[in-house]
Amino acid sequence: MNLNVIANPTGNIKSRIRKDKIYLGIIIVLSLITISPIILIISKLIIKGIRQINLSFFTETAPDTLEAMTALSNNEIIPGGILNGITGTIFMVLMASLMAIPVGILIGIFLYEKGEKRYANIIRDISDIMQGIPSIVLGLIAYLWIVKNITNGFSALAGSVSLAIMMLPLIIRSTEETLKMIPQTIKEAGFALGAPYHKIILKVLIPSSLSGLITGILLAISRILGETAPLMLTALGSPVVNFYADKPTSAVPLLIWEFYNDPNMVDLIWSSSLFLMGFVLTLNIISKRIAAKRK
Amino acid sequence: MILNNLEVENPVLSIKDLSVAYDKNAKNAVNAVSAEVKRNAITAIMGPSGCGKSTLLRAINRMHDLYPAIVTEGNIFLNGENINKISTIELRRKIGMVFQRPNPFPTMSIYDNVIAGYKLNGIRLKKEKRDHIVEESLKDVVLWDEVKDSLYKKGTFLSGGQQQRLCIARALAFQPDVILLDEPTSALDPVATSKVEDLLVKLKKKYSIVLVTHNMTQAARISDNSMFMYLGDLVEYGKTKSMFTTPQDQRTEEYLTGKFG
Ligand SMILES: Nc1ncnc2c1ncn2[C@@H]1O[C@H](COP(=O)(O)OP(=O)(O)OP(=O)(O)O)[C@@H](O)[C@H]1O
Ligand SMILES: [Mg+2]
Repeated sequence: MNLNVIANPTGNIKSRIRKDKIYLGIIIVLSLITISPIILIISKLIIKGIRQINLSFFTETAPDTLEAMTALSNNEIIPGGILNGITGTIFMVLMASLMAIPVGILIGIFLYEKGEKRYANIIRDISDIMQGIPSIVLGLIAYLWIVKNITNGFSALAGSVSLAIMMLPLIIRSTEETLKMIPQTIKEAGFALGAPYHKIILKVLIPSSLSGLITGILLAISRILGETAPLMLTALGSPVVNFYADKPTSAVPLLIWEFYNDPNMVDLIWSSSLFLMGFVLTLNIISKRIAAKRK
Repeated sequence: MILNNLEVENPVLSIKDLSVAYDKNAKNAVNAVSAEVKRNAITAIMGPSGCGKSTLLRAINRMHDLYPAIVTEGNIFLNGENINKISTIELRRKIGMVFQRPNPFPTMSIYDNVIAGYKLNGIRLKKEKRDHIVEESLKDVVLWDEVKDSLYKKGTFLSGGQQQRLCIARALAFQPDVILLDEPTSALDPVATSKVEDLLVKLKKKYSIVLVTHNMTQAARISDNSMFMYLGDLVEYGKTKSMFTTPQDQRTEEYLTGKFG
């Protein structure tokens, strides 16, 4: 024991306070470094993009390069909007969700039930590997399966399939993790009432983990909303609003890429990115809220 | 040697040479236990921590079937019928269980918790019938007056003692023959504990009760018969009164006088 502590308590406290202050300073600096990119990004997007965001941004399809050029030379804002992108994104995300959510939840329940069994571990590993596959490779696979063989051309369906494959491992994981958080005694209470197994899953486990499941789904959706690479190889893009699964379809990130490649449309990059970013952030915040409520 | 000095006529449960091990290499958590459980009475299972009380109790409604590694030997008869010949679904309807910690279903209302047994078994009832069962079961556990105005609130909003009585009501709603309770008051304060105890004494008119308890005075207060277990063995089984006044086995005596446990 350090005798100083007893002999000179105030001196010790002073040095502790000093240390505290130093640590606090370091933490503040590090936090600033962490959040500064996001602040920079958001402020840049707002400054450069807000000008373009008006009603027609949501109600009209993307302009062609000639319209944009005329507007630019007259010093007006570029006409049109990104309706074809918004509808395409919603359409493909919906289809992807319809494919990935039921399958993902079922596999998640299966993994939760089978726990440490060998085949369960294999499936868990495969799902982890899937999560690591570069998205462009998933695009290629969907291209080979769907574009080449099923829709015989670029299509919303192919885009959705590549997005669904991206969502699947996320949903499997989040389902298993949420179910694991339910106390075993709740499950046993169900069995002790003589309830058959499927009823316990449907009426006890799923309701008890609903908010966790929703959080996982929202996070998976916000993860795929911005995907561009796989869509380039599958949905391709389209100048019009399309709701046919077997036709090429636009998406917000695809539009951003197209705007980027057209010197006349550069202004639209910022507004579209602002929109996409806002959408993803909102989903993230909602899912965090739901997750927080559960605790 | 087991001092089984209890003659039970027309027992509700007969346990014959029951052994349970948590896996095939583990030693028996319950070791060759035989006992007959009296109808419309409270039978207490006592013993130091880890002696196999919960394991024995959970064998009675075949809860161990949920865990494939567990090895159960011997037989249990419910009203003379081998429980292994009854489907677990039917068996667990006849033998209700209440756990150590209150575990109402967190997403269900108080009302739905009480009739959860019916819901989870896909049994549809008319509204009046359901209302009647809910009211009767909640009255049985003396919870009705406290919750009758908040039946549609979540069960988890109740206090611990109320939740435990709700869980008992849930077990009663099916009108089982037997109720198994695993230290139902260990998470409760003295007031809530005495409410549950009064309730159990009242309930034995309708049901046969098997109660695991750590608490000797509780066993002495409310049970008719008592088992004393030690390291998986049923060491002594007899009328509670005589067991507490003149224990036959030295280990029982040491436990009851607080020398261990
Ligand atoms: N899930 C389990 N897996 C492996 N062994 C277990 C398990 N549950 C209990 N055991 C073992 O079985 C024995 C009996 O346990 P049991 O839970 O029946 O005791 P208990 O008398 O209920 O104790 P307590 O009063 O602490 O609840 C103990 O040695 C314990 O370590
Ligand atoms: Mg126990």
